[in-house]
Amino acid sequence: MIVQGLIEPFLEFEFMRRALAGCVALALGATPVGLFLLLRRMSLMGDAMSHAILPGAALGYLAFGLSLGAMTTGGIAAGVIVALAAGVVARSSILKEDASLAAFYLISLAAGVLLISLRGRNIDLLHVLFGSVLALDDASLLLIATISTLTLFALAVLYRPLVLECFDPSFLRGVSGLSPIAHYGFLILVVVNLVSGFHALGTLMAVGIMILPAAAARLWAKRLATMLVAAGVIALASGVAGLLTSFHADVPAGPAIVLAAGLCYFVSLVFAPGGVIGARLYGRRHLEA
Amino acid sequence: MPSLVNTALTFLALLLAAGPLHAARIEVVASFSIVADFVRQVGGNRVDVITLVGPDEDAHGFQPRPSDARAVREADLLVANGLGFDAWMERLAQSAGYRGPIVTASAGVTPLDAPAHDGHAHAHDHDHDHDRDSIDPHAWQDVANARIYVENIAAALARIDPDGAQHYRDNAARYTAALATLDAEIRRTLSVLPPARRKVVTSHDAFGYFDRAYGIRFLPAAGVGSHSEPSAAGIARLIRQLRREDIPVVFIENVKDPRLIERIGKESGARVGGTLYSDALSGPDGPAPTYIDMMRFNVDALVDGLRGDHR
Repeated sequence: MIVQGLIEPFLEFEFMRRALAGCVALALGATPVGLFLLLRRMSLMGDAMSHAILPGAALGYLAFGLSLGAMTTGGIAAGVIVALAAGVVARSSILKEDASLAAFYLISLAAGVLLISLRGRNIDLLHVLFGSVLALDDASLLLIATISTLTLFALAVLYRPLVLECFDPSFLRGVSGLSPIAHYGFLILVVVNLVSGFHALGTLMAVGIMILPAAAARLWAKRLATMLVAAGVIALASGVAGLLTSFHADVPAGPAIVLAAGLCYFVSLVFAPGGVIGARLYGRRHLEA
Repeated sequence: MPSLVNTALTFLALLLAAGPLHAARIEVVASFSIVADFVRQVGGNRVDVITLVGPDEDAHGFQPRPSDARAVREADLLVANGLGFDAWMERLAQSAGYRGPIVTASAGVTPLDAPAHDGHAHAHDHDHDHDRDSIDPHAWQDVANARIYVENIAAALARIDPDGAQHYRDNAARYTAALATLDAEIRRTLSVLPPARRKVVTSHDAFGYFDRAYGIRFLPAAGVGSHSEPSAAGIARLIRQLRREDIPVVFIENVKDPRLIERIGKESGARVGGTLYSDALSGPDGPAPTYIDMMRFNVDALVDGLRGDHR
């Protein structure tokens, strides 16, 4: 009976299978990127970037109307420009990454709002651009899957320099020419994965599936490889749990998925080795052993 | 300081405009495109119409701009739909300092309860809960109601511009005749559909009055209003319903995200019809620049989708 309730929705309805495929892709792409964001203390960058892509999407809309492709391309371009510009400023001025990013995303957001108001002031652009996980059409699904695949390859290639960049950026800068590639490559990964998250979950919820599983995983694991696997598993479990909740309890899917990830985070926060009680729990056991 | 000069000039212009009334044409501000079309038909060349929520725009999330407030303040008459569709109109009039009359164009229509909010099959059981929020505001979807709108607008125009009363009466009579023709035409066109094929699904509960007047069942895919995000349960119920009742066609509206509807169509075997215009006209180059065009376009789209030689 219970098993039936867990499986049947996916057997009966293609939109549930598509949503599931979207969640798998996000867990493989966006969540690992989110973990690196977290480790680089840039967890809030996702939210900033979600505003930064607005002018690009708006330009795409102004030029081509409500074309998903044009708006996505524009959004990615604007996001990449903001991320790269912020990165350049952070590496070559006294401003830190957060300050330079904040400056650029605020400018970008204002430009976006202005551009949208030039035409069709009353169209909720981001809502049109970024749908619901329950309404993934072929184009969106293909885009998300492609981004996740490329992200996995890119992370594999950038893994070493990225790890160094996370824990000791100045060392990497000293010993290797790879540092800028790792840095900027990673920022681009963040932008494209955000856009893929927007397509699946909307602008408000996308950052949730990047950061919450990563934060939960960080509390459980010490080694980066374990952390990556744990984050992916938690993200996927949250996706499935959220979809089933949406199906059985009649609630919107996006918030349900992110809340499921939030629940994982709270449980981890309490019981994981890195958490509140967990630290004492495992710590004591460790001492006794 | 050229900007100061500009401001001063604008001010002066405002003062002048507010001065001698009715020296020029009557300025009417309409809340959205369909009511604006009625005002244009009745007012003819005696009236200038400004539309707040323009063609293809969604009245549910309207954000007034300063230019809107200025237009409202300078207006001789405000026309709103009423029934909760454009409740912001009264607030806007107040904050803009408008002191003239506000016409509720829908005054006198028999209101219909909004369909149940879960987007399910209960569109037809009217529980008698006359809460203001639960009234379906899209009364113009019944041409008989459009005639009431026109009467209200003509009376209001005659009140503020007595010299033009005859002009408005004539225009209203001519337009009402056109509406009667339209009504008959709709009934004739739809009469080719057998009872089993008189049901469709749309993304927005805007056709309750059309349903009541012309006997086509509109099953909603999502609730009234554009902000409620559908749940997996809601979509699943709808797909099951489409499969069970063998619904021939689903329609995408001009103001909603089409991806969800398309998904539902694919999964249920129903055909995805074109656009139905519900609460906004199209631009002048679109297929529904006026109310009459809009109703014709919708009926053609319905018959096209429902006739049944596609499956």
